[in-house]
Amino acid sequence: MTENKKPVSIVGRVLAWGLLLALLTLVAIQLRSSLQGILTRGEQAPAFTLTTFDGQTVRSEDLLGKVVLLNIWASWCAPCIEEAAHLEQAWQHYKDRGDVVFLGLAYVDTEKESLAFIEEHNITYLNGPDLGTTIYTAFRARGVPETFVINKYGEIASVKIGPYLSVEEITTVIDRLLELE
Amino acid sequence: MKRLGLLFALSLLLAACAGSPAAIQSTQQGGAPSADRVNAVAKNLYCPVCANVPLDVCGTAACVQWRGQIAELLAEGYSEQQVYDYFAAQYGQGVLALPPARGLNWLVYLIPPLGIGVAALFLGRNLKRWKQPAATSQTKLDDDYARKLEEELKARR
Repeated sequence: MTENKKPVSIVGRVLAWGLLLALLTLVAIQLRSSLQGILTRGEQAPAFTLTTFDGQTVRSEDLLGKVVLLNIWASWCAPCIEEAAHLEQAWQHYKDRGDVVFLGLAYVDTEKESLAFIEEHNITYLNGPDLGTTIYTAFRARGVPETFVINKYGEIASVKIGPYLSVEEITTVIDRLLELE
Repeated sequence: MKRLGLLFALSLLLAACAGSPAAIQSTQQGGAPSADRVNAVAKNLYCPVCANVPLDVCGTAACVQWRGQIAELLAEGYSEQQVYDYFAAQYGQGVLALPPARGLNWLVYLIPPLGIGVAALFLGRNLKRWKQPAATSQTKLDDDYARKLEEELKARR
């Protein structure tokens, strides 16, 4: 008995292989981005634009030449409450210098709760919501709280996963950067 | 007496209308939405903190806040779609149970039915062939051997 197989057309083969290749490429891209860890020291900080709760627009390129502390937090995050006072105290220490900027980034938080948190903890440095979680994603953050300190050249100088446990922990990092540059 | 009966029927009709779901909904449109309505919307959104947990069954503080926000938006007159759009804009498309069908998201909707279709086509074309017993050369050999054996046996008798 002989089998009467219809030959698959060239177009069909190319289409099938093309689709498979496209799918595999997509999976590879997705895997690559998910396997990338958090930003590390020395990497260029991603460009970002933050619109604060009071309507100011902060662009990362305007911050070059300054030491920037970017703290990612949420009102529902208990460890963020712990470090809020330390961050504010540290900010009070630097706020008049002009070469240090503190930015708070509220991650997946409702505006009402974020503002209540800011008021409750007397936070005076700039804070805004991370609309669409774009900044969180760009910095490849993994949770809250996480803090990135960016040097005057726009490079990541320090990454803190979890809360700062004291004011000194914050000032040590910033002072070192101010001395070096 | 007739008029009394008519009045009674009319009042029954009014009472029924007042208690109907449509009437209940219309009374709620101005005020706070029911928990069921909030949960119906929350069911299509995902928890921002815990992976793969729908918002309606999530007990974290973040989810409680989000459900509160849904209630507020619905009370303000937002439609369900407007609530989803608001959440996607605020917190990213990752919070949506069903990503909007545009760009690469189309693949999510296309690949599963396409895969099922291709698999069904493949099975349909090959199942028939698999079911038929294959006539192999071995069977042919066996037949020849049996025939020869029969002939020799006959010859010996």
